[in-house]
Amino acid sequence: MEMGMTITEKILAAAAGKKAVRPGELVSAKVDLVLGNDITAPMAISEFEKIGVAEVFDRDRVVLVPDHFVPNKDIKSAEQAKILRDFARRQGLTNYYEVGRMGIEHCLLPEEGLVGPGDVVVGADSHTCTYGALGAFSTGVGSTDLAAAMALGEIWLKVPASLKFVYYGELPPWVGGKDLILYTIGDIGVDGATYQAMEFTGPAVAKLSMDGRFTMANMAVEAGAKNGIVPPDEITRAYVQGRAKRPWQFFASDPDAEYAKIYEYDVSEMEPAVAFPHLPENVRPVSAAAGVSIDQVVIGSCTNGRLEDLRTAARVLAGRKVHPDVRLIVIPGTQQIYLQALQEGLIKIFVEAGAAVSTPTCGPCLGGYMGVLAAGERCLATTNRNFVGRMGHRESEVYLSNPAVAAASAVAGAIAGPKEVREP
Amino acid sequence: MILSGKAWKFSDDINTDLIIPARYLNTSDPAELAEHCMEDADPEFPRRVQAGDVIVAGKNFGSGSSREHAPLAIKAAGVSCVIAASFARIFYRNAFNIGLPIFEAPAAAEQVQPGDLLRVDAAKGVITNLTRQQEYQATAIPPFMQEIISAGGLINYVRKTGGRKTGDRV
Repeated sequence: MEMGMTITEKILAAAAGKKAVRPGELVSAKVDLVLGNDITAPMAISEFEKIGVAEVFDRDRVVLVPDHFVPNKDIKSAEQAKILRDFARRQGLTNYYEVGRMGIEHCLLPEEGLVGPGDVVVGADSHTCTYGALGAFSTGVGSTDLAAAMALGEIWLKVPASLKFVYYGELPPWVGGKDLILYTIGDIGVDGATYQAMEFTGPAVAKLSMDGRFTMANMAVEAGAKNGIVPPDEITRAYVQGRAKRPWQFFASDPDAEYAKIYEYDVSEMEPAVAFPHLPENVRPVSAAAGVSIDQVVIGSCTNGRLEDLRTAARVLAGRKVHPDVRLIVIPGTQQIYLQALQEGLIKIFVEAGAAVSTPTCGPCLGGYMGVLAAGERCLATTNRNFVGRMGHRESEVYLSNPAVAAASAVAGAIAGPKEVREP
Repeated sequence: MILSGKAWKFSDDINTDLIIPARYLNTSDPAELAEHCMEDADPEFPRRVQAGDVIVAGKNFGSGSSREHAPLAIKAAGVSCVIAASFARIFYRNAFNIGLPIFEAPAAAEQVQPGDLLRVDAAKGVITNLTRQQEYQATAIPPFMQEIISAGGLINYVRKTGGRKTGDRV
């Protein structure tokens, strides 16, 4: 009798044209979409040209999004972005997104319906794992892998073993996907899922919005995982219906699928989480961080720059002012999110509170621009990494949290729980 | 292939931001990247590293971003290979794809001291510590990866297979 398979194994088997695959097996999988940005694609384009093929495998399935250092932060960045633009024009790519019409890639692609359930996606950006929230297999690769995938429409992959995470109970107010994933990384460590798939399941995840699921899958790589994945359901269906530009398919893990390990958590008593410098695994409840003074707060990024995140932040900030010693920077993930936030009055709340609101960019998350830290400065961010020097000077510090904690802390001038400034 | 050089010792979880900070990612030029290689982990490194030197680190080397600039910066700095207790997966792929030899050897990661003279037999995965008269065995590289290395990296491999789909082979 055939042994059961996980959702990750089933998607990879289908993409490899096989009935079944097992962890550890090397397969060549057809990719539904490949992605590059203004940092990784210039190198990929130069490698692509060395291969000697004239055209990409499919001009509808190679997506280029300049988002890291655009609008161009300096001359060198302008040159990098130009390489993308010129290549996109030369190849006639249908999915190149220009400044003013773009977004942070991992907010943008799902919104545009370019990725869907059952897809295999590779992107030259480590947070490509975000699309697992839709029930897709999606993983980050480097520029050379991107170049080969652009040429072949295929990639060799080792089938990962799967770890299953089951979240029970009701999420308390102000606790969401960011807190679930931070506590999980705090539990298993920054290499706790290396080379493996993280499958996020259980009643608390089943109730989580798509935005919350994107946040969880997004940070799978911070535990070293190859991919994060959420079983697709009616919430997924409601999101992709009328949006997906290609046919999609739901896959589900078999009841007898094999897992390398199963982790179970009760979320009912969870406090919002904060990751201390300098690793995302240094996670403690927000009460343990209370009073840590901050110079800057960033709300945005591919982790927490979606509409639900902005709504949460606005709920905390409405009618309040950012602390005089704090700079609050809010970055909507896409132009569509920006517009929606404008229509809902969220942007007005941010500006009235004393926040800087930026066009979509990865900018400050990786210390690129739009909020770089000086020596000795401390930032609380809704982003994904708090490594040494991540947001600027090597003697600066980054703490990570959800948008509610970030907003509350911006008002308090020090790390604070949202309950301290606002009733749920 | 025999590699040899002096060891530079680093801790666990050396991530790609430490290997090459994002503030330098507005270029893909290997020589320029090499000037800032590891500078946030050890500001002396880019100034003092010599051709052939070996990076020896703890677990989870290369974690974080997918930037291929990380292995490129290390290679362009003249480092002959990286030895670590374990590697993060995207860095692992990227290193092979650009032809930077890397070896998983927990015993070496634990016992090698800064400045030790190392000799690495890449084919056998045997690391000899000439300073301490010790020998460490690295995990064997999967045959599939060896094919990519012997072709001289992934792009040469794709060229060699003449556009033939990799699916025909595996």
